[in-house]
Amino acid sequence: MKRFLTVEDLWVRFKTRYDMVEAVRGVSFSLGRERLGIVGESGSGKSMTGRALLGLVRPPGDVSATRIDFLGQDLHRLPEKKMRHIRGKEISMVMQDPKYSLNPVLTVGEQITEAYRLHNRVSQKIARAKALEMLEEVQIRDPERVYKAYPSELSGGMGQRVMIAMMLIPDPKVLIADEPTSALDVTVQLKILQLLDQLVEKRGMGLIFISHDLPLVSSFCDRILIMYGGRIVETCRADQLDQATHPYTRGLLQSLPDIRHPRERLSVLTRDESWKQEESVNAII
Amino acid sequence: MTESTDVTSGQPAVSTGRLSLYLKKIASLFFTVSLTLLGLLLVTFLIGRVMPIDPVLAVVGKRASNEVYEAARLSMGLDKPLYHQFFVYITQVFQGDFGKSLLTSNPVIDDIARVFPATLELATVATLIGVLVGVPMGVYAAASQGSWFDQFVRVFGLFGYSMPVFWIGLIGLLIFYGMLGWVGGPGRLDIFYEDMIPTITGMILIDSLIAGDMTIFWNAVSHIILPSLILGYYSLAYISRMTRSFMLEELASEYVITARVKGMSEQAVLWRHAFRNVLIPLITVIALSYATLLEGSVLTETIFAWPGLGQYITTSLLSADMNAVLGGTVVVGILFVGLNLLSDFLYKIVDPRARQS
Repeated sequence: MKRFLTVEDLWVRFKTRYDMVEAVRGVSFSLGRERLGIVGESGSGKSMTGRALLGLVRPPGDVSATRIDFLGQDLHRLPEKKMRHIRGKEISMVMQDPKYSLNPVLTVGEQITEAYRLHNRVSQKIARAKALEMLEEVQIRDPERVYKAYPSELSGGMGQRVMIAMMLIPDPKVLIADEPTSALDVTVQLKILQLLDQLVEKRGMGLIFISHDLPLVSSFCDRILIMYGGRIVETCRADQLDQATHPYTRGLLQSLPDIRHPRERLSVLTRDESWKQEESVNAII
Repeated sequence: MTESTDVTSGQPAVSTGRLSLYLKKIASLFFTVSLTLLGLLLVTFLIGRVMPIDPVLAVVGKRASNEVYEAARLSMGLDKPLYHQFFVYITQVFQGDFGKSLLTSNPVIDDIARVFPATLELATVATLIGVLVGVPMGVYAAASQGSWFDQFVRVFGLFGYSMPVFWIGLIGLLIFYGMLGWVGGPGRLDIFYEDMIPTITGMILIDSLIAGDMTIFWNAVSHIILPSLILGYYSLAYISRMTRSFMLEELASEYVITARVKGMSEQAVLWRHAFRNVLIPLITVIALSYATLLEGSVLTETIFAWPGLGQYITTSLLSADMNAVLGGTVVVGILFVGLNLLSDFLYKIVDPRARQS
């Protein structure tokens, strides 16, 4: 399998006035042409891992890593100016809620063509044609109208389609999807996931799917990293999740309701302090 | 929060009702504005009647006989009931008649037409300084929050707030006019140049350009620079502070991260994405600070012998010239209403959400 990304010993630290908060603690993993799910509760460091790959951790946050390899380039040591050519063009990110992640005062068209023209020297006219094409690809029925619309005129599902179109238009190799369906209605969620799956497959991209939803990730992804307290506590193939051994993963699985085996009471996850002291599991394959 | 609608689903046909919608909007706007103005006139009218100044006495003088006094009172309509007087007052105001000024014995409207351009000129230059310097300062202070530049902007703004204008004005005159001679002294022009160009707008900077007289133009610049810098400093302090806090709020929003993810430069993120959103609340701030300056800054006008509206109203008030005071107050009120309308209008240009509702 072709390997896009190899992250070795990634740390993200936030220095506050009194102490140091470690959001990500020595995480190592790789990403090929696959769907990699990162699962964890809030504060487990999953989102920060995604941001760190894009070089988007702002001060007072501080990133360190042995290496963040992207097709032979070390992203961690790339100067900001070169990093800008990686962002959008090579690695992109879809965020949780299109209501906030789209700029309210610019039209959909302005925002999509901007993403394309940042990395391709073409006229506005060509960019427009390309954007309309892309809107069609994310299954928007009336691209012309959506092109002219402002984000406040779109529904949540529409907004997320626009967001995906905007992030895929420069043809990146890796997409980070940070809880891309958490703000959407359940019925819309599935459609967006199918769309994402289809596009990633067709373009031969690598996908990092960040979510707190363990069943969703296990059904959607190829491989899973379970994060807890800034570390990877367990990694496995998605279809082998039921064989997971780490007590945290087991606890999560046992606290899920199952319609086929209804239980009177769901078990409560009890956390062990020692989990935080364990070494992070190496997820490079 | 409004319910967002799906654009691809059917939208109601809008073209048929559009014209009547516009007419409705204009009608309601007209109604609001006239109601506001009526309220303004009522308040100024009542102030004029409540003030312990006898308007008749002010006209006829203390030594007038009872007959003369009574005749004047009747001719001024003061024997009529209050609502009748108010009606007469409104009719006159709508004809641009604020009565005569006792102090200058000109019609008040002529006086205002003379002093207002001076204030307008000063306030506009000051606001331009405040906006052109204050906005970028606020933007970059927010972009580099906590840096030395951010600290500098905060301290600089605090200075602007807390420095008394009579002190900074006098010191400025002493240093830059008295000692260094870099700028013109008090007044709008050197006496030598006064009344040399025809008055068209009443703003010397513009009139001199129309007349093509660059000597007078530069002389006017040398006179306006110090007072407008001082007033501009005040509006800069306010504008930069507000811009900074609006900008901090926008920079924390997710669309800014989106713009960075796209690979945009930080400058483009700041100005194209975040600033476009900052502009929405900023319009109100700028309009308010402009309106405050247009009211006329009495202290600055007094120190720099600037014959503006603030000085005119104050002098009139001190000599119990009520017609002039009320006229000036009405003009200031109309200005506020006008600037509010303008900022509402600009609001709709920069914010698509305001256009939709």
